[in-house]
Amino acid sequence: MDGLSPRPGEDAPALAAGPGRVVGRPVTRIEDLPLVRGEGLFAADVNFPRQLHMRVVRAEIAHGRIVSVDAEAARAMPGVVAVWTAADVADIPLIPFRATKVRGLEPYCQPVLARDRVRYVGEPVAVVFADDAYRAEDAAETVMVELEELPVVLDAAAPPGEFAPGHDTEPTVVRKEYGDIDAAFRSAHAVVELELSVGRHSGVPLETRGAIARYDAAHDVLELHGTAKKQHWNRDEIARLLGRPPQGVHLFEGHVGGGFGVRGELYPEDLLVCAAALRLRRPVKWIEDRREHLVATNHSRQQSHRIRAAVDAEGRLLGIDDAFFHDQGAYVRTHGARVADLAAGMLPGPYRLPAYRVAGHFRLTNKTPAATYRAPGRYETTFVRERLMDAIAARLGIDPVEIRRRNLVAAAEMPHARPLDALGTDVVLDSGDYEGLLDKALARFGWDAMQQELAARRAAGECVGAGLAFFVEKSGLGPSDGVRVTVDATGAVEVVSGAASVGQGVETALAQICAEALGVDYSRIRVVRGRTDRIEFGNGAHASRVTVMSGSATWQAALAVREMALECAAQLLQLSPAELTIREGVVTRADGLAGPSLTLAEIARGRGPNSPAMRGQTPGLTAERWFWSDHMAYPYGVHLAQIRIDAGTGGVTVERYLVANDIGRAINPMLVEGQIVGGLAQGLGGALLEEFRYDPSGQPLSTTLADYLIPTIAEMPEVDVLIAEDAPSPLNPLGVKGAGEGGTNGAGACIASAVDDALRRPGAITSLPVLPAHLRALLTEAP
Amino acid sequence: MTEAPDATLAVILTVNGERHAIRVEARRTLADALRDNCGLTGTHLGCEHGVCGACTVLMDGEPVRACLLFAVQAQGRAIRTVEGLAEGGELSPLQRAFIDNHALQCGYCTPGFLMLGTAILDRDPDISDEALVDALSSNICRCTGYANIVKAVRAAAAEMREKVPA
Repeated sequence: MDGLSPRPGEDAPALAAGPGRVVGRPVTRIEDLPLVRGEGLFAADVNFPRQLHMRVVRAEIAHGRIVSVDAEAARAMPGVVAVWTAADVADIPLIPFRATKVRGLEPYCQPVLARDRVRYVGEPVAVVFADDAYRAEDAAETVMVELEELPVVLDAAAPPGEFAPGHDTEPTVVRKEYGDIDAAFRSAHAVVELELSVGRHSGVPLETRGAIARYDAAHDVLELHGTAKKQHWNRDEIARLLGRPPQGVHLFEGHVGGGFGVRGELYPEDLLVCAAALRLRRPVKWIEDRREHLVATNHSRQQSHRIRAAVDAEGRLLGIDDAFFHDQGAYVRTHGARVADLAAGMLPGPYRLPAYRVAGHFRLTNKTPAATYRAPGRYETTFVRERLMDAIAARLGIDPVEIRRRNLVAAAEMPHARPLDALGTDVVLDSGDYEGLLDKALARFGWDAMQQELAARRAAGECVGAGLAFFVEKSGLGPSDGVRVTVDATGAVEVVSGAASVGQGVETALAQICAEALGVDYSRIRVVRGRTDRIEFGNGAHASRVTVMSGSATWQAALAVREMALECAAQLLQLSPAELTIREGVVTRADGLAGPSLTLAEIARGRGPNSPAMRGQTPGLTAERWFWSDHMAYPYGVHLAQIRIDAGTGGVTVERYLVANDIGRAINPMLVEGQIVGGLAQGLGGALLEEFRYDPSGQPLSTTLADYLIPTIAEMPEVDVLIAEDAPSPLNPLGVKGAGEGGTNGAGACIASAVDDALRRPGAITSLPVLPAHLRALLTEAP
Repeated sequence: MTEAPDATLAVILTVNGERHAIRVEARRTLADALRDNCGLTGTHLGCEHGVCGACTVLMDGEPVRACLLFAVQAQGRAIRTVEGLAEGGELSPLQRAFIDNHALQCGYCTPGFLMLGTAILDRDPDISDEALVDALSSNICRCTGYANIVKAVRAAAAEMREKVPA
């Protein structure tokens, strides 16, 4: 029994249904204390003696040929140690991608500093290293970049332009198809066709990015601090790109001020600080400012769709045919074509769909590169699909709720396999009672009674309406994650995971799962995450995967430690393991009768490396387990909204909102609700406020938080959250599905539906965000 | 690289009742001085143009944006930061309420909201819901959707009322 590998045939039992001792309960977070005391360690809080500060000189036009970069004046400025341009980093390869099967994207990857051409405003052209952040910024302002302007491509749906000689701006088209789509349209009772678009917005975490590299020459280790999300992959790639072995590079995660998909990808600045720390032999710190963030960190979402549906006389879907244009921005970053692929794979959502064809035109434009943002590809396609369902309902004169009922995949049809793939795995909807949740949500919201109230208010002159959207999420992306649970000689428990935290409560959730399995106090468990020096492999925190993957591995490892402790105690207490249990870290008789007991600390000491009993075995009260998964778990839910439009200003007030979300099993309902309400705020931002806008020359117009509008408390409605656990996932021992993205997913679709209803004009809303000027125009048009 | 003449000024900042004698350039912001010169990194920078409120500190009891003030402007004023909220190791009622009500996720905006909330409750512990929402709308949180922040401020207000003898 060495704790490292499961014995043959060992299969951890599933978590019992219903609230446990600590799992399923709304306990407070173990993360919070340092954060409310101002003792957190965010990227900008990391400092090393003798550190240099890096400042990036960025392109100021959207597309141009680099004629010259003159850094002589900057080099002569006080405190400046070095200035680099592309020639100084010519040996660093383009930043690769990890997240797509799509081939042919390699020529479109981004260099760490622009070579020959700049392709978006904000592209790094040069970097200045100085002994003080203010001085670095002073010097950067003197770097003269001479550019010869080239024509810009700003509309992804326009004919492709030139990316580079021999490469146009459409690197690939993502195609998926099943069923006889042509027959579906030939036999259709009606065909409904729409043109829809979603604007460009993004995660915009409150903490901007940061990266602090230090080369420890004594141990020949390069350290990178301020990291997030994907430490192990980033470690391996940084090592490869800089020509070092992975063991000679370590990434560290402190506190992370929000991730939302955009933070923690491998960006040019990460490689630049690492290369500089190695060459300049001093720690190098870079902290992004907000203006940089809004032009340099990944954007997301922007797509336009031309979609048609074939339906029968009862409104049942026979087929969907969609062509969309995905606005990728200037380069293909680490995600490759993932968002377009996800959009294509997830568009059918919760509905029975006999035939489907999609062509996703993956187009480059002269804007900030794009990638994932919370519910990537789903926020967009839920908007498109639910607009389509509303349009079908309107065309056939069927109630919008009824049209969805007729098309939802039934509980008896689960698991429901679609001949489709997303994220490289087959789409198999693992479990669900879609119509059951729809009924619960409508009842909780008081949908029918509300319709009468709204009718009365409309009769009194108000512009009010209600809308709904159904969504299917995905979560628990595999293939693997490992966790090591260890009890030390004092009885303290440590969970070391390959997951990362972006502030969502990973430590608490894993501690709860470990505590439930092991029989200890969750609040005293230390959870280690986001560190490559503590665990060899890890797949990080993204794609709503942590609770599913690392949670399941934690459950299995903690159960293995429990079994090890009970077996040791059984020998010492001369009882069988089955007669024993662990409560508050003490092994006692399970039947509650008085008797001898042993603490986990005593057992751990007995399993120490100097204990004669351990001779020939691997010491320690510890176990490492790996959870593997071939398929994703699919959470689902409904958004319902009641809104009012101010006829004078065109402003939308969201009066009431409900998110119903079945996530299989809530480890901590308080944290789940927090994820849903917070996710909704971002979804509403994208529906009503947020948009990166550009002028006709490609100059970004949303470069401050006064232009890029994030919801404040004043814009947030009263939100009700219905967490359902009716359809636990059969794919993991906890029954969990991810809870991070459902709050965001349906918001754009739901608001569009409610605005249509308030306007009394089905199909009026065809794009997001829904802005006051547009609504005012619609309201003043003759009906 | 050349060396510039020393253009720094001697400034004394009083932060959480403690004197910090520092030398800063005239252009150095209060936020940077607190973080880099005083070592108080609990004050966070979210936008550096006065929109997000993450850097909110109290100056003579009033909430101010530390990114929009120069350090020299704070000389002679009493500055209070998030590090000064707990007394004798005991969390303030608002800090406790933020934990109990799950009013933080990533925690980056939290110091700013704690300072803003402290000022609001110091001024008017019986503040109306409408006025509270109006006051809290000056800061941005990207994680929570705000509902739990309001709950936490309300909970702290209730606790403070109980403690204060009528």
